[in-house]
Amino acid sequence: MRTILYLIRKEFIQIFRNKFISKAIFAVPIVQMLILVPAITFEIKNVKLGIIDRDMTSESRGLISKLEGSTFFKVSFSTFSESEANSLLHRNKCSVILQIPSGFGRDIGNANPAKLLATIDAINASTAPLSWAYLNGIIRDYNMDLITENISTNPLVPLPQIQITNRYWYNEMLNYKYYMLPGILVILVTAIGFLLAGLNMVREKEIGTIEQINVTPVRKYHFIIAKMVPFLLIGLIDLALGLVIGKLAFNIPFEGSILLMFFCASLFLIAVLGLALFISTFSGTQQQYMFIAFFCMIIFILMSGIFTPYESMPVWAQDFNLINPVAYLMRINRMVMLKGSTIHDISRELYSLAVIAICFSALAVRRYRKTA
Amino acid sequence: METHVITVKNLVKKFGSFVANDNLNFEVFGGEIFGFLGANGAGKTTTIRILSGLSKPTSGEVKVAGFDAYRQTEQIKKNIGYMCQKFSLYEDLTVKENIILYGGIYGLTKSLIKERIAELLAKLRFQEYENRIIADLPLGLRQKLAFSVAVLHEPKIVFLDEPTGGVDPITRRQFWEMIYETAARGITVFVTTHYMDEAEYCDRISIMSEGKIVALDTPENLKKQYNAATIEEVFIKIARPVSLHPHPPAPFS
Amino acid sequence: MKRFLGFVKKEFLHIFRDYRTLFILFGIPAAQILIFGYAVSMDIKNAGIAILDLSHDEITQKLTDKIISSGFFKRTENLLHYNDIDRVFKKGKTKAVIIFEADFGKKLVREGKASLSIIADGSEPNTATLVTNYTMAIVNDFTMELAVPALNNSIRIQPEVKMFYNPNLKSHFMFVPGVITLILILICALMTSVTITREKEFGTMEVLLVSPLRPIQIILGKVIPYFILSFINVLLILALSWLVFGLPVKGSIILLLAECMLYILMSLTLGILISTVSKNMQQAIFISLLGLMLPTILLSGFIFPIENMPKVYDYVSMILPPRYFIVIIKNIMIKGTGLMYIWKETLILIVMTLFFIGLSVRKFKIRLE
Repeated sequence: MRTILYLIRKEFIQIFRNKFISKAIFAVPIVQMLILVPAITFEIKNVKLGIIDRDMTSESRGLISKLEGSTFFKVSFSTFSESEANSLLHRNKCSVILQIPSGFGRDIGNANPAKLLATIDAINASTAPLSWAYLNGIIRDYNMDLITENISTNPLVPLPQIQITNRYWYNEMLNYKYYMLPGILVILVTAIGFLLAGLNMVREKEIGTIEQINVTPVRKYHFIIAKMVPFLLIGLIDLALGLVIGKLAFNIPFEGSILLMFFCASLFLIAVLGLALFISTFSGTQQQYMFIAFFCMIIFILMSGIFTPYESMPVWAQDFNLINPVAYLMRINRMVMLKGSTIHDISRELYSLAVIAICFSALAVRRYRKTA
Repeated sequence: METHVITVKNLVKKFGSFVANDNLNFEVFGGEIFGFLGANGAGKTTTIRILSGLSKPTSGEVKVAGFDAYRQTEQIKKNIGYMCQKFSLYEDLTVKENIILYGGIYGLTKSLIKERIAELLAKLRFQEYENRIIADLPLGLRQKLAFSVAVLHEPKIVFLDEPTGGVDPITRRQFWEMIYETAARGITVFVTTHYMDEAEYCDRISIMSEGKIVALDTPENLKKQYNAATIEEVFIKIARPVSLHPHPPAPFS
Repeated sequence: MKRFLGFVKKEFLHIFRDYRTLFILFGIPAAQILIFGYAVSMDIKNAGIAILDLSHDEITQKLTDKIISSGFFKRTENLLHYNDIDRVFKKGKTKAVIIFEADFGKKLVREGKASLSIIADGSEPNTATLVTNYTMAIVNDFTMELAVPALNNSIRIQPEVKMFYNPNLKSHFMFVPGVITLILILICALMTSVTITREKEFGTMEVLLVSPLRPIQIILGKVIPYFILSFINVLLILALSWLVFGLPVKGSIILLLAECMLYILMSLTLGILISTVSKNMQQAIFISLLGLMLPTILLSGFIFPIENMPKVYDYVSMILPPRYFIVIIKNIMIKGTGLMYIWKETLILIVMTLFFIGLSVRKFKIRLE
């Protein structure tokens, strides 16, 4: 037991003697959080809209003014030439073009459906449908306006109407920072722990200091634990820093138990560090390790549902996530932080994380050979 | 004194089809300085790694400090010290920190570690270097320190794999004084070297060639046996380098 | 020159002997392409919703069925009380709760008015918005269907939509350019900075510097193999996206490859610059991986459009080369436009490359003196 303390002491001295690393492990997360968290919004506003109005009736002008009044769209030009509109689309000067064909106003009066044609730059397949949904919503509203106008002048049977009220819980204003901060925090903590712990181990191999350790009676798990503890603590400190930034800079609430979150994060870090040390036993050079680590990290992070909805993934991808610690922590973080989920709510994630942590650490200890 | 601290019987170590150690047989007595000689690639390092529990033998019987080299490597490690050709103390730790670390690993008490640090620094006249990191020390000092760290816990045996490589003659001399001192304390010294003059300082030497031990005796006896004036002559007579002309030269090269 | 070629060959062999690294070098882009193609999507599918039906009549039943059968949703639970809402949200599976007021059907028939609430879990804003929007659209459709007989089809605006460039809304139009952009800069910068720093750390750089090779030749020798490997990587990604997703290059392939080479060159020079400021490999890895990965993913417009970011990010992202390359590659690959449309971005990349080279040379010289 005392041996572990000596080994941990050594790791800490080494980390903090390295001027660059000792600063970077805290500065990089702080700077990246401050810069990256406010950057991302899915909120669509000021979508550049081009209009080709061939109708020029009060109906078409009514629609245009309704569009201009919305915050989603900004009418950036109007033209009569389709080719000009297309060229603007090419040059990214607008991303939606709405064509109002002549006869639009006339068709509203008679029984024919009035046609409209929207052209949307759909390279980004996720924002295009959103723009379309907003555009469609405005058009539908306009349609309703016309109907009610019509009915009030010409009262018929009362129309059935379902009034929809909607609310967003836990994040009333749909503040994206609430969503991004826990996600970016998890990525940073993962990257720092995963990279540094593994590189540290491989570096000892590369320089040869590990031989000197292997020839001592030190126990395998002592050595592995000593390699984990410093990075576990650094990871937790980074997490704390991230939460403080969230509170002070972005005023993100913390609903749940901080203790629970740190407990989960510890399990997570043990899993990640165990995996890192396990992989390091396969790598002879830091370069090799870095590539394998990079590969794993990219897969873990992309699959974790950090920026994409988790449920939309196919079954095999969700199955893969059963062994993906990042996916668990990502969910736990958001649930505990924003919704105040309790240990009872996240018990499944917690158990899984614990199992993964034990497995990966056991693998790391097993694969670490003192005797070739 | 005549107890065996190392017993090796029919030791074979293969790497794939390559035989690094080919049926080795020898004993090392407690408290002696045992020189382990051989050309580059003769298989010395392989043997040292097996004896110190870093590598497992393919077959044969190996006992170090009374423990079996197959199953009791960790017990072996408790009883030995090791210093290898590649310098291997932590370069970014200070002299003191390195000593504390290894003292701690070998289970020395805090007060004992403190005592040893004071002793060591005084003996090596290292006081001024106590809080310097290893990377800033000259090579000779580093090697001396590495040796001192290897015997910090008073092991039964210490393995030195080319400890004086690249060191100036004066430091080499001092290094050997340290080896004598250590042996006088009853610690068995198992040392490999390329310097034949160093071989003369050993109680007994063995010479390896192409994975086999081709000679083993006291330096005097060997010189007599081979009718040579120095060990260097003995060595040249029996231990031809492994790959001087392993294949006939290719006609078109 | 002969000596130089020999050196390049040696570097090549060095890389190719390490099959594991090589495997990963090509494995990373392949895995990314496949993950983006098959595993993740921005759209919602099977989002969990819970129903709190306080009315339990024929109409709520019908509407619920309509919502569930849309394919976007999966029912997680039927709730009985308002108090249950918080409970299901906290478990995380449920993204929205739909509440039908008491006597929903009766009210709708008698008074022509009934109300329904959608409460969505705002902790995932994207999913929350989509779920809310989709549900509203379905409910509106439902209302329209009920109203059709009364309306007599008199007033109906029928908008049509044309999804330009990407009619089937395939997500790979977005991620293939993104993956190329991300992978090239990361791998190039990482590889170069690490190999050069490695030589420094293990002291072999000194050996090279005293050799008859000139410093510039040493750097070139280190960089050329990676240039070629990265170029192969580009071809691999393009081939993969063409074979697997049928994504063709609409514009000139020659122009595309030329632009890729420029971008690779830029990334390599960035790597060299990183190596001149790093003392050891850990530092180089830290800077090139941690410093570049997240900003490239988040700020380059790879996943998140820059237009939607707060205004300052338009300026912040200006210093990121990936931002320009993404525009270039999207224009050539997807819009099929020529140099006319992208000369500005190309010029910026060239200037950046020259800037990195200049800076590295200065740093390198200072170190040598």
